[in-house]
Amino acid sequence: MKAANRLGLILFPAFDWAISPTHPEREERLLYTQDQLLEEGIEDIEGVEFFNPGIASDRDINRVHFCYPGAESLVTESHRIAAGGVMRAFDAVLSGETDKSFALVRPPGHHAQRVVYGDRGFCIVNIEAVGLEYARQKYGDMRVAIVDTDCHHGDGTEDIYWNDPDTLYISFHQDGRTLYPGTGPVEDLGGPGAYGYNVNIPLPPHTGDAGFLYVLENVVMPILDEYKPALIINSAGQDNHYTDPLTNMNFSAQGYAALNERLNPDIAVLEGGYSIQGALPYVNTGIVLAMAGLDYSGVCEPDYHLGKWTQPEQVTRQVQQIARHVIALWQSREELSARVIAGLETVTRRRRVYYDTAGIMEYQVQEFNVCHACPGISTVRSKNDRGASMIGVTIPRNACHACREEGYRRFEVMKGQGAKKIYLQDRSQDEYFVSSS
Amino acid sequence: MILGIDMGGTHIDGAAIEKGVLLASVKHQVNRDDYFLSIWQCLEELIYQTGRRDITRIHLSTTICTNAIVEGQVSEVGLVLQTGPGLKWPFERMGDTVVYLSGSVDHRGKVVRDLDMEELRRARGRLLASQAGALSVVCKFSTRNPVFEQRIRDYFEDSYDDITMGHTLSGKLNFPRRVQTAYLNAAVSRTFRLFAGHMREALEREGIRAPVFVLKADGGTIDFTSALRKPVETILSGPAASFMGMHALSEADRSDRVLLDIGGTTTDLFFLVDGVPVFEPLGIEIDGRKTLVRAIFSQSVGIGGDSRVFFDNGKLQIGPRRLGFAVAFGGDAVTPTDALVYLNKMEGKYPGKSRRALEALASENDLSAGQLADLIVTRMCGRIREEIDRILQRLNASPVYTIEELLRDRMIRPRAVEVIGGPAKALAGYLEKALSMPVFCPAHHAIANAIGAALAKPTVEVHMIADTERKTVSIPELGIYQPIDRQYTQKRAEQFALSEVRKAGASLGLTEAQTEPEIVESSCFNMVQGYGGGMEKNIRVKAQIRPGLLYKLERDEV
Repeated sequence: MKAANRLGLILFPAFDWAISPTHPEREERLLYTQDQLLEEGIEDIEGVEFFNPGIASDRDINRVHFCYPGAESLVTESHRIAAGGVMRAFDAVLSGETDKSFALVRPPGHHAQRVVYGDRGFCIVNIEAVGLEYARQKYGDMRVAIVDTDCHHGDGTEDIYWNDPDTLYISFHQDGRTLYPGTGPVEDLGGPGAYGYNVNIPLPPHTGDAGFLYVLENVVMPILDEYKPALIINSAGQDNHYTDPLTNMNFSAQGYAALNERLNPDIAVLEGGYSIQGALPYVNTGIVLAMAGLDYSGVCEPDYHLGKWTQPEQVTRQVQQIARHVIALWQSREELSARVIAGLETVTRRRRVYYDTAGIMEYQVQEFNVCHACPGISTVRSKNDRGASMIGVTIPRNACHACREEGYRRFEVMKGQGAKKIYLQDRSQDEYFVSSS
Repeated sequence: MILGIDMGGTHIDGAAIEKGVLLASVKHQVNRDDYFLSIWQCLEELIYQTGRRDITRIHLSTTICTNAIVEGQVSEVGLVLQTGPGLKWPFERMGDTVVYLSGSVDHRGKVVRDLDMEELRRARGRLLASQAGALSVVCKFSTRNPVFEQRIRDYFEDSYDDITMGHTLSGKLNFPRRVQTAYLNAAVSRTFRLFAGHMREALEREGIRAPVFVLKADGGTIDFTSALRKPVETILSGPAASFMGMHALSEADRSDRVLLDIGGTTTDLFFLVDGVPVFEPLGIEIDGRKTLVRAIFSQSVGIGGDSRVFFDNGKLQIGPRRLGFAVAFGGDAVTPTDALVYLNKMEGKYPGKSRRALEALASENDLSAGQLADLIVTRMCGRIREEIDRILQRLNASPVYTIEELLRDRMIRPRAVEVIGGPAKALAGYLEKALSMPVFCPAHHAIANAIGAALAKPTVEVHMIADTERKTVSIPELGIYQPIDRQYTQKRAEQFALSEVRKAGASLGLTEAQTEPEIVESSCFNMVQGYGGGMEKNIRVKAQIRPGLLYKLERDEV
């Protein structure tokens, strides 16, 4: 059997790591996925190759995050390897080794934001972002779309790319009013440098295959056709599945595979999904086959009976309504953007971020400089209920000369403002600095 | 006294060994019309040469099943498959008559859907109407729960002599390979049974009571009775015999090594890691069929002592074709052997003719004969080095699944090379330079395969799973599916696996010291049933008889 698309698999189940012995993010999580893939004979498909993950360095992590007190103390080997697995996935595709790649790694990353004090939503390092920023430094800047199909809103990825017009973030998720982390309304459209390039699609509980595929066809694909990304990344959370213990959706393995076939991502990265026996083996197999361009029609959960997981009529109507709303916002993003930033030099955003796994409450103020030559620098001032305080300055990859100068100047100025740590993230020159007081 | 016999494509070698000392050896052409007779004559000659009949074991490496497969002289096989949900491989091409049954078990071994008896009845009708003389029954995830394979076997038991159940052949997960392996097993069952019958009759006639063991592709042996149930295990044991022979003749240590067998047309490469052979990740491939038959990893390079040397657009090429013998041994085309003869590294039958041929080729390409000879030998060693590097890169990139292994980053780094084959001694110095490693040339390489067969030790590998929720422990390879209690631990699982391996070793005639039972992998997964559910354990242990030799051949005495 030969794959139509050469597919690189970074299957790293980390069989010796867990958040705690009974935590959903435990050793067993990818055990049955591996069993299923091996039993299906995946290893013998011509064109499917297996790669071991790399290990993300402090520099790879500092490119994306402001880790407090520092990456070296906060980020464990398991997180570095999960991120390193995604880096390997980018290498496979961008060096031409394979056409596509799928990083089946754990723990996930899409709840990890710019500032990191600890674990939230099982994430410390945003593994997609670490992989993508590594790839951009190595292979050159590129326009990328991240399509997040995890049931939880990817608030970390949203935060990291909030002001980056070259990274379109689209998230399908169960409506934040009914599920962790609570964010992800349609109206959150991005920072002044990338207004409209953050696309949230909150879906009602019990959305099924029909609803997801409707949104894909009527919202996501038209947006992608217009945006024309060089690379599409699927942030593949498998927890929209009808058996997931943490969520309330009706999505199936066939639905996930069909979505993947239509979306046709270059790289997929496993995010959440904790129905480890009933969903993950089938959903992951479905996605692997769809990415490889093979027939996935035989993939089926043991308890799947056609009809049982059809979405209610009312959900169908709600989904259509949301889709119309989202696409309308996308189409008018330029006018909206002009209106929002008119006459402003900076745009400020106040946030409260709760670290559910670590139990930390963070308060932050983000400030985005409006620049017409580049996306502009941004500053985040943060403190938490454990007494930490920090300020981070980010210079975007394609910063104009003036903004770069301003970034360095601000870094110096901030040193006198009493925060315990001051960070400078100069992505334009791939340089990262930290200063303690 | 152990008798080792290796039947290859052209030659059959025999060796009689006692306590590490070679007592006698034999080398003959294979009689292609009567394989059994070839073996029997070899055996008789060893007995005659040693003048002894106190044989403790007879070890056979035979091509009986391999040839049957390659020549298509096999039984027609009916495949009864329960494919369950998943990837649709072209199963209909894997057997002569293929029937599909519904029902399935999942990755845990839980029954998802039962068999449909009406469907089974129809399947029997189709099979009985076909030419299929043997049957293979294979179900997805049958190693996790063989209940359907067993029920289907019971259903067909009265109608077929040879029924192979997939789960008995390997504990590894890979459904398409399990199907292929089971097909081959059924296909050669009759061939092997006939051969074994001949062999037993002849031994009985001669009053020889020694147990017969058959060499496997993983360099281990199995007893005749097991081989009758799993004849597929006997295929492609030739490279394993040569590997084990080299291993037996090489320096005794537990380092990483490369083993080279330089033949006329090809050079075979093998690897030892910590003194243990490197295996194929899943199993051997034969006649386009990928199997779960464990095999020693070997790679052939199309370059040997008799490879044709020529220039293509001014560029020196060696092989992959062989046109015949080297000029130095009566052939027409220049070969690496001629270069070695010219360089006074080996003796040829026709050195003058060889020199003239080399000189002619050299002058056509504006080189001196000396330059050309050097170039050929350097290029040949360079090719071997490239191949070794390429394989090491691949082996060193084998997938790992734990953080511990990934960080440990165990790389295979060979410290020495062992070489056998015609030009081995002559090339040793050049190889040493090209590979920057010491190169050794073991003695007795002409009958290395027979020595390898004689000294191979039985191997058993088991994949065990203990599932405290299903309250079952299973070892598919040994047909063990037993109940356990909820308190079962990883430690108990490991002890059980080791004791079963020890038992298997004893039944194969090994002493405790020879068995060297070892745990290869062991892990224990907490299974949490939703939130607030009870905690159960999924314990996985891989154990084996440490692969290797019964003992090394004593170098000084041979």
